[in-house]
Amino acid sequence: MRFNTSTLLSILVMLLGGLLLWHADAFLGDYQIYIIKLIFINAILALSLNLIYGFTGMFSLGHAGFMAIGAYVAALCVLTPEQKEMMWILEPIMPPFDQLFTPFWIAVLAGGLVSAVVALFIALPVLRLGDDYLGIATLGFAEIIRVLLTNMTPITNGALGIKGIPEHATPVTCYIWMLITLIVLARLLFGNFGNVLRCIRDNEIAADVMGINVFHYKVLSFCLGAFFAGVGGALLGSHLSTIDPKMFNFLLTFNVLMFVVAGGLGSLTGSLLGAGIITVLLEWLRILEEPMTIGSLEIPGVPGMRMVVFSLALLGIILFRREGIMGTRELTWGKLAARFRRHPEGGRA
Amino acid sequence: MTLEMFFQHCFNALTLGSLYALIAIGYTMVYGILRLINFAHGDILMLGAYFIFFGTFAYGWPWGVAAVIAIAGASVVGVAVERIAYRPLREAPRISALISAIAVSLCIESLAVVVFTGQPKPVLQPEWLLSEWTLGNVRILKLTAFVPLITAVLVAVLLYVLYRTKPGLAMRAISKDIETTRLLGVKVDNIIAFTFCIGSALAAASGIMWALRYPQVHPYMGIMPGLKAFIAAVFGGIGSVQGAVIGGLALGFVEIMTVAFLPELSGYRDAFAFILLVLVLVFKPTGLLGERMEEKI
Amino acid sequence: MSESAKDQKDILLSASEVTMRFGGVTAVSGLSLAVPRGAVTGIIGPNGAGKTTAFNVLSGFYTPQEGTITFDGHSIRGRKPHDICRLGMARTFQNIRLSHQMSVLENIMVGCHVRRRQSWWAAPLGLPMYYKEERAIADKAHALAARLGLDDVCNEQAGGLPYGAQRRLEIARALATEPQLLLLDEPAAGMNPQESLDLMHLIERIRKEFNLTILLIEHDMKVVMGVCEYIWVMEYGALIAEGTPEEIRSNPAVIRAYLGEDMVHA
Repeated sequence: MRFNTSTLLSILVMLLGGLLLWHADAFLGDYQIYIIKLIFINAILALSLNLIYGFTGMFSLGHAGFMAIGAYVAALCVLTPEQKEMMWILEPIMPPFDQLFTPFWIAVLAGGLVSAVVALFIALPVLRLGDDYLGIATLGFAEIIRVLLTNMTPITNGALGIKGIPEHATPVTCYIWMLITLIVLARLLFGNFGNVLRCIRDNEIAADVMGINVFHYKVLSFCLGAFFAGVGGALLGSHLSTIDPKMFNFLLTFNVLMFVVAGGLGSLTGSLLGAGIITVLLEWLRILEEPMTIGSLEIPGVPGMRMVVFSLALLGIILFRREGIMGTRELTWGKLAARFRRHPEGGRA
Repeated sequence: MTLEMFFQHCFNALTLGSLYALIAIGYTMVYGILRLINFAHGDILMLGAYFIFFGTFAYGWPWGVAAVIAIAGASVVGVAVERIAYRPLREAPRISALISAIAVSLCIESLAVVVFTGQPKPVLQPEWLLSEWTLGNVRILKLTAFVPLITAVLVAVLLYVLYRTKPGLAMRAISKDIETTRLLGVKVDNIIAFTFCIGSALAAASGIMWALRYPQVHPYMGIMPGLKAFIAAVFGGIGSVQGAVIGGLALGFVEIMTVAFLPELSGYRDAFAFILLVLVLVFKPTGLLGERMEEKI
Repeated sequence: MSESAKDQKDILLSASEVTMRFGGVTAVSGLSLAVPRGAVTGIIGPNGAGKTTAFNVLSGFYTPQEGTITFDGHSIRGRKPHDICRLGMARTFQNIRLSHQMSVLENIMVGCHVRRRQSWWAAPLGLPMYYKEERAIADKAHALAARLGLDDVCNEQAGGLPYGAQRRLEIARALATEPQLLLLDEPAAGMNPQESLDLMHLIERIRKEFNLTILLIEHDMKVVMGVCEYIWVMEYGALIAEGTPEEIRSNPAVIRAYLGEDMVHA
């Protein structure tokens, strides 16, 4: 491995970030910490969808399904047998799962792995489809997963969902998982493996004739994306401490799609930016739905307004700035430095 | 299961299948021409249902008048969606248009939540539709008989338009080759708008009957029927109107009959359509009546 | 079959009685050809004669209904294109197929992938072997770019290159797969006379430098007659003649096929 200035700078920033988060309680309120954790989790989800769609060109709308699997598996792993016995009131929990009890990091890993295995079974029939057919088929599978979660009561507690998941997902844990995702994907995608995936995205026939087993790499990319989606789902479940089948509907996939499209398809740093900006924006838009008082004027909250603005924003991006914030480019230290040099007064950089 | 029950189920399946078929036609026509899954199509159905609800309930118009206005209103929205969200992206990668379609769909749904509130509203069914005919031991709700009848009439009109009129000819030509058709002097944009108009009108008609059959309206009522109708269109062979009708009816029968014969599977009902989709795509991607479309190497 | 092949010259690619039908249309019927190792050969014929379909059959995109195809001692009928590439066959396309958003170098590096040894999972682990191979691939791509006169545009986007450079890039990417046989689909299409001339020199040069066998499809008679040692002529999916350029030039069936076409155009 070569150590150059960029790598050193990145490592430094990562360590500094970790150190700050370690002491986050000291200078941040609960709400801010909540948002920061959400940003990290959303970044994991955005990165994983970007691998599948932005880099490999597979239009998958099944992300919520993989997240659901990750969340459920992790929840089953971290709840104590006693908690599970109390919670499963419709039907008692099935044998191997009632005694399952693991540390959190194993639970997250298991969530990702199970999700990847399920993705493998989905991939074999559907990845031969192109474009929009693939989108509908993966969307269909996400719905099937949701229906299964609702009906497999002895394992999933049915429509009631799982409550009281221990909140192991601290800011530092979420941060570390995000870094793992980022580093694994960056190492893969910035090497020749990334070139191969992008070639498949741009021209499948050319890739095939260059000796690349297109289907093999598509399955690989899909499963890897599903793995990190499962990881993200596991963290999200622990972060929210409650999960139920309804929560993993198409809207959740849509949110992740929004991060990726806004950040730039085929740009990892774009996904980080997209996840950060839109997560904050979505929280900020909550004021639209809460009653406001300006002077003596009282404006009642409008439920649903948040999603109107949100969907219009996505429409705007797709119509007027299709490449998103970053396009397919990446933000690097070199580019940042050049930017600062061009604006010596430091006005906006 | 008695024979009477079986006939009852058959009529229910026919009704549900007709509703799917009407929605599927809109998907298949738009896909045939633009290669675009019009995600907002299900929401047009929802709008049609809301318009009839307000027309009859809030304003007290007669059913016929309200239905015509609802269909017209939904068609206007359908054409507007094409104009605003799809036309600017005609030269863009197909997936951009698809994302745009998803965004529009969400936008219409959340606007409906804002305007109509998220609470489901009950629809008052008119008395005369709730009376029954009896044929021997089989009792048929007039409503379940009317839905397939109206569907048949609408499909007949559509087929006449497609195969016996100039705009219909233009539509079929565009679905074969949009550029050549443009060169022949056909106003392609107008024909596409006309296609959206027809598709939306049929979806709205389906929405109205949906609201009567399952008597309530809510902002998300269009999503599931929309997705399933798309699957019906794929099953029948996308691009083919006849295929969409067959696919819709087939899906209706699969859903009703599976639950009728295997009641313990009723919880999985929403998954049937998607399992059907995957099977079709794996074993016969072109559907029953679809044409093969392959990339030229 | 292999006995007789050994007796004659060393045959790298041979097809015998290959027939490819699409529905009711027979695009290639009863095509037989034998490409000797180390030669530059060509397939010519009027538009719609089935030349590109023949290429698609040879490179594995279509499986013919009848006939056998043998490449370097392996039967390749029904094998997938990526499999055939691994055996040492590479090709270019009539309508250039590059990744427009990727740089010239990255495009060539995609071609190097088929010969790499390390698996994908070596990347996240950051194994030294992995990085060594990554550097080797980059070096190889650089060298290939230089050989094809693309060294000063290495980091530019492929989509922004002029037409002729895109053609050369496609050839460079094909060479990166370390082929024995290179199939060129209309390499001179859309080129002016000077560019065609340069292309002829290029084909001759890469054949020598990379020890290649080349089979090309071409419309431009000057290019075909200039570089090819042996030529097959197709019309309506079938072979109507074969031989050296001199033999083809004087073959009445070929003249009829081409003059007939010219008359239609006039």
